[in-house]
Amino acid sequence: MQTVTIPIRDEVIRNLKVGDPVGLNGVMVTGRDAAHKWLIETFIKKTRSPQGDDQQVYEALKPLLAGGVIYHCGPVVAGLDTQKYRFVAAGPTTSIREEPYQADVMSHFNLKGVIGKGGMGPKTLKGCQEVPGVYFHAIGGAATLIAQSVKKVMGVYKLDFGVPEALWVIEVKDFPAVVTMDAHGQSLHAVIAERSSKVLAELLQ
Amino acid sequence: MHDLTNEILELIRRTSTDLPADVEKSLRSAVEREEAGSAARGALETILKNVELSRENSTPICQDTGTPIFYVKHPEGWSTRQLRQQIRTALERATQKAYMRPNAVDAIYDKNSGNNLGGDDFPYIHFDEIAGNTLTLELLLKGGGCENVGAQYSLPDSRLGAGRDLPGVRKVVLDAVQRAQGQGCAPGILGVAIGGDRGSSYFASKEVLFKVMGQTNQDVKLAALEKQLTEEANTLGIGPMGFGGKTTVLDTRLTGLSRLPASYFVSISYMCWAYRRRKMTVQDNQVSYD
Repeated sequence: MQTVTIPIRDEVIRNLKVGDPVGLNGVMVTGRDAAHKWLIETFIKKTRSPQGDDQQVYEALKPLLAGGVIYHCGPVVAGLDTQKYRFVAAGPTTSIREEPYQADVMSHFNLKGVIGKGGMGPKTLKGCQEVPGVYFHAIGGAATLIAQSVKKVMGVYKLDFGVPEALWVIEVKDFPAVVTMDAHGQSLHAVIAERSSKVLAELLQ
Repeated sequence: MHDLTNEILELIRRTSTDLPADVEKSLRSAVEREEAGSAARGALETILKNVELSRENSTPICQDTGTPIFYVKHPEGWSTRQLRQQIRTALERATQKAYMRPNAVDAIYDKNSGNNLGGDDFPYIHFDEIAGNTLTLELLLKGGGCENVGAQYSLPDSRLGAGRDLPGVRKVVLDAVQRAQGQGCAPGILGVAIGGDRGSSYFASKEVLFKVMGQTNQDVKLAALEKQLTEEANTLGIGPMGFGGKTTVLDTRLTGLSRLPASYFVSISYMCWAYRRRKMTVQDNQVSYD
């Protein structure tokens, strides 16, 4: 298993290939449906003006996401009443819902890695080639195990989105994942989808 | 009749943190089928390690603690109004204790209630009055990832060449599994209802998920098709997490409903490997858990 440190350098990204198991170290940010929609509408497509603390949060996120990693995750968090936050369960959520947004978020922030489950589509794969970046697949449902690699919750933005949808800034050590989409246009998900589609066609004859 | 709030809280804790033995056994036999060193085997090993850790630490197996679906079978004389209130209070407490993630989001105003309580629809609670003096309370936690890959077909389906018969059912179920890929957290368990209207059909496809794994269907025709579907789905090569491999589906359950002459629905509820399903029984004021 290869250790990958965040922020990730382009050279490291280009050396990662589909199938490589990795352990991620450093600071990453969780973000899923609400976060991606909000980033796109407010700061990338600018179809909505910044409101409340939007601009402030955006400025705080920029250095975290430059060379950084976004994790598609809606955690179970303890300590909500005392604000001494602790991740109790934190596996990945299904990434494909962010397909319309992900590549634009990657290029806007120079985001190097996306962690999730289930893989993503052609637009994100193209984004991975251009930025360059990779898609890391974590084991869906392995929430207690993955939460143990979260050493510290450094802060949270947009808690008004709700606990699962907020942007949690976390420090991780040996966060386990596998590269399933790389910066060279390879996607394990595209291969499996095509192969299973052929088998299905035979079964349905 | 006494207040069951604390006992229901314990049912929720068990359901979210302790995978049933039959599911764990099925996952353990799946590991042996996958090749040593493969991504599929690695995924299953990680899954099993997580199952053990969650049980030891009493923490959620999956952070998506899902839609809580309660099925209550009660003898005559129990107040469903009070049981509903006890279930809701227990769920709120389970959320405070981080056994459950706050998962109820108002779809119109996009606001998470923060305590897992929505209207009467969330949590979902189904009551049945039954004969005898035993009350059972069953809970299924069904995550969003697998719920999103569920599917409903209206037969005939010309794209798949599926007619209004069991061979047609076979075709659409296999199509649904292929379309789901790894996104429902494979290996999955398929709940399939044939017939009904769009609503009753989907309900029935979830109800069959309350059954213990490995039970043979009483209907010989359905039993044969269940076995065939599990075997054929596993030739698709999607594998655990969609990494490729031999285990895509762990089990298939079929059930039939009455349909209108004009309609022939097939509804598929895909349950992820984190098949969180528990039962609590109350008899003579004694509470026990499965």
